[in-house]
Order: sequence, then C-alpha cells, then structure tokens
Amino acid sequence: MKIADVHKSFGHLEVLKGVSLELMKGDVICIIGPSGSGKSTLIRCINALTPFQRGSIKVMGIEVNDQHLDKRALRRRVGMVFQQYNLFPHRTALQNVMMAPIQVLHQPRKEVEARARALMKKVRLEGKENSYPGEMSGGQQQRVAIARSLAMNPEVMLFDEVTAALDPETVKEVLVTIKQLADEGMTCILVTHEMRFARDVADRIYFTDRGVIVEHGPPEEFFTSPKDARTRTFLGQLS
Amino acid sequence: MEVLHRSAFRMPPAHLAPVPPVRLRAWFGLVLIALIVLPAAFADAAATTAGRAGIFATLARWTPLLLRGFGFNILISFVAMTIGTALGAFLGIGLISLSRPIRQVSWTLTQFFRNAPWLVLLFFAMFMLPFQLRIGGLLIPLPDWMKAVIGLSLPVMANVGEIVRGAVLSIPSGQWEAAESLAFSRHQQIWTIILPQCVKRMLPPWMNLYAILTMSTVLASIVGVNEVMTLAGQVEAAEGGRTDLLAPLYGWILLWFFLYSYPIARLTLWLERRYHVEI
Repeated sequence: MKIADVHKSFGHLEVLKGVSLELMKGDVICIIGPSGSGKSTLIRCINALTPFQRGSIKVMGIEVNDQHLDKRALRRRVGMVFQQYNLFPHRTALQNVMMAPIQVLHQPRKEVEARARALMKKVRLEGKENSYPGEMSGGQQQRVAIARSLAMNPEVMLFDEVTAALDPETVKEVLVTIKQLADEGMTCILVTHEMRFARDVADRIYFTDRGVIVEHGPPEEFFTSPKDARTRTFLGQLS
Repeated sequence: MEVLHRSAFRMPPAHLAPVPPVRLRAWFGLVLIALIVLPAAFADAAATTAGRAGIFATLARWTPLLLRGFGFNILISFVAMTIGTALGAFLGIGLISLSRPIRQVSWTLTQFFRNAPWLVLLFFAMFMLPFQLRIGGLLIPLPDWMKAVIGLSLPVMANVGEIVRGAVLSIPSGQWEAAESLAFSRHQQIWTIILPQCVKRMLPPWMNLYAILTMSTVLASIVGVNEVMTLAGQVEAAEGGRTDLLAPLYGWILLWFFLYSYPIARLTLWLERRYHVEI
C-alpha cells in the first residue's frame, strides 16, 4: 500500500497537508498524534469513506482517488473497525458477523456460519453468539466488530481509535485480540492513543501533527529518542 | 456496565423532571359515558312523559344501521392506511435517495400532500376521479367510498413518507459507515440494515397517524359516502329532526370512536415500552 501526498480539506480547513506513507504486506503501523491532527481522516480516506482532493492512495493496485473507483471492490479487501463499534443492533453477534459474507460475497450460509463461529471463538466470545449488541459490554461489542470485519477475509485492517470509547478494564481484551491478529501477519493500520500498546505491536510509528507526518520510525527509536521537537512535546505531555 | 447505568442517567434531577405526558385513559371513557347517558336519561324521561318515543329506545332501534356505517368508517381507514403506508414507504425512500431529481420529486409530493387540507384532497379525489376505470377491456367501477379511500390515502402517504425519513435520519451515521465499509450496496444498506432498525421507531407515530385517519374518515360524509355520520344525519331526519335526539345520537357515535381508539392508544403505549422507544 502506498499513500502519496494526500491533501484533504473540509471547506477552508485543511486537515491533511500532504501525507505520504508506505507499507508492505504484513506490516503493522500505528498512527499517533494530538486530536485534530488528521489521523482518523487519513485512515477513513484509505477505504474511501472520506473523499480527498489531491494525492494518491494505492491499495493492492487499486487507486482510491479515482472517479470511477469501485468502492465496493476496495472495501471487500479492506476491513475497518470503528471507535463506536457500530454493530447492527437488530441482529445477534453471530448474525452481525455472517451478514456481509452472505449478502456481499454471496458465500454459502453453512460455510459462513462455520467461519463465523470460529471467529467468535478466536475473539474469545464463544457462547455469546446469540446475544444482541445491547446485551454486551463495550469490549465484547468491539471484539464482535473485529470478527465481523475479519469475516470478509480482508487483506488490510484499519482500526480507528478502537479502544477510545472503552472502560479501562475492557481495553486490554480488545488489544489482546488485535495483537494476536498482528502476530498472525495481518496488515494493520491503527490509530491509537495507547502508547504502550503501539510500542509493543507496531513495526513503525507515525506521528502526525496539524495535517502532516512529523516523524516516523521503529517504536524503540521513536519513543526513546524522538528527533522532532513537536514529538518530544507530545510524548512529554503523556508521561 | 453501560447497560446497567443507562436508566440511572435517564433520571433527571427533580426540578428538571419532564411534565408527565397526557395519555388517553380508561376513565376518560367513563366520563364520556356519563356525559352522554345523564342528559340522555333526562331527555328520555321528558320524551316519554310527553308521549314521544324514548331516546334510548330510538337509539337502540337505529344502532344496527349506524353500526354498519361505522364498520364502513373502519374499512375506509384500513384500506386508506394500507395504501398510504405502502406508497409512503417508497416516498420515504425517495426522500433519502442519492439522486437529486428523485429527492426533489419526493420532497414536492410530500410537502404538497402533507400540507393540503384533508378535506380539499378528498374533494379533489371525489370530483377528479372517474366513476369507473377502463383498463384494457376491463371495466373497474370506482364507487364513492373507494374514491374517498384514495383521497384519504394521499395525506397518509405523505405523512408516512416523513415518518420514514425521520426514522432513517435518527439512525446514527456510524451504522451507515459500518455498512459502507463492509461493502454492502446502497440497496442492501437501506433494506437489511437501516429500515429494520427504523420499524420500532416508526410504530408509535404510525399508529398515531392511524388514529388521526380513523377520526378523519367522517369527512367522507361531506362528499356523500354512506358512513356513520351520513347515516346519523339520515336517522335524525327520519326522526323528524327532533332536537332532543341530537346530543345522545352523536354522543353515542363519539363513544364508539373512543372504544375503537382506546385499545390502539394502549397498544401504542405498550409497544413504546416494549421496544424502549425514546420520545
């Protein structure tokens, strides 16, 4: 995947001022930075949820900044998990996981159900298959959302501040699930405020501020000897 | 945890407590009965001492006929609601269409039929529609009551359209985004993800609309449909226009409408509670 010189404005407000980054299959990167620095906007551009004005994003050969982009073809290969889980409240956990593969990919129900049950087990929610989202905790819902996204067999997963709305005690169960995915070789882009987790899981950290990538590098280097003054200020505020 | 706390959060401090809503209650019906029966009893006594037929006897004699008329009102309300809801569902989908022309046409239709007085629409339907339709070689008669149904289903359609649009807009945008990012088509998003969540939000206003429609079926008497009000007028005339019959006669019919609407109001309330619809 290659992101080159992406610009995005909402009206007069320029949110992304030329962002570029590149990642290979199996890479796990974390994007961190202060609120309003354009982190979420950037990953929403990747699966075309937010259109952008200039620049190029290429995902597995698909150019996102293209008028004739087949959004559905792109989204079949890019999974996304949101801060607010966004499970479908009128369906059970298992149905949430099964819906898209059956309706979008037209896969046989039996096969999908077996896979969905396996995914529920993988996110350690065995026995919760028939619960409705309203009956589950935030952490459980978020893990269902991850399973729902994985059911499409995506090649890249985008995580948009997925633990920001959770209670501290449930954050960990979600992070463990993501870590497990990363260890299995899933290509992941995470926007997160969990510094310790970012350090633990990422191959590279990208620090954004006011619409640009200020600094990036391997986590050890990034956290122990940040080069840019803005990065140092940001990390200083955290500790 | 979140679930446990939600009810606590919804309890505002005492000085901010909302004024309890006024609901239709069973004792309203009792008051209504008292208001009708007491004067009727006096009139009845006065009539019998004056040598005329008693009020209660007269009412009883005409009740079977009036009930047939009332059944007609219910029939009109049912059919108009069915047609209006079916058309309104499509209109509502049109109101949220991504295509600008479809949205504009739907908007115009909605505004026109929602803001036009029902009686005017009824007159339009009465006098603009032919008394029979020829489709191919088939002659379909269009009786007056059917025209009234069409006239009444138009405002119902527009109101249902608005109910659908309002319910769709009340679904958090995250639902659309999640559906989008799972590569659902727009059609699938609307029919399998958004609309099913709307049903319970739409039920209370929809049933409310039905109650209003039921009351409005009496408008059909003005255009000559043989429903309960038309028949009541004829009964009054047949009784020689005696004035002591007026209040008990129309009160009697009013009571029927109450008896019909009350269970609907209770059912709406029950559905609201059952689905935790927040108003």
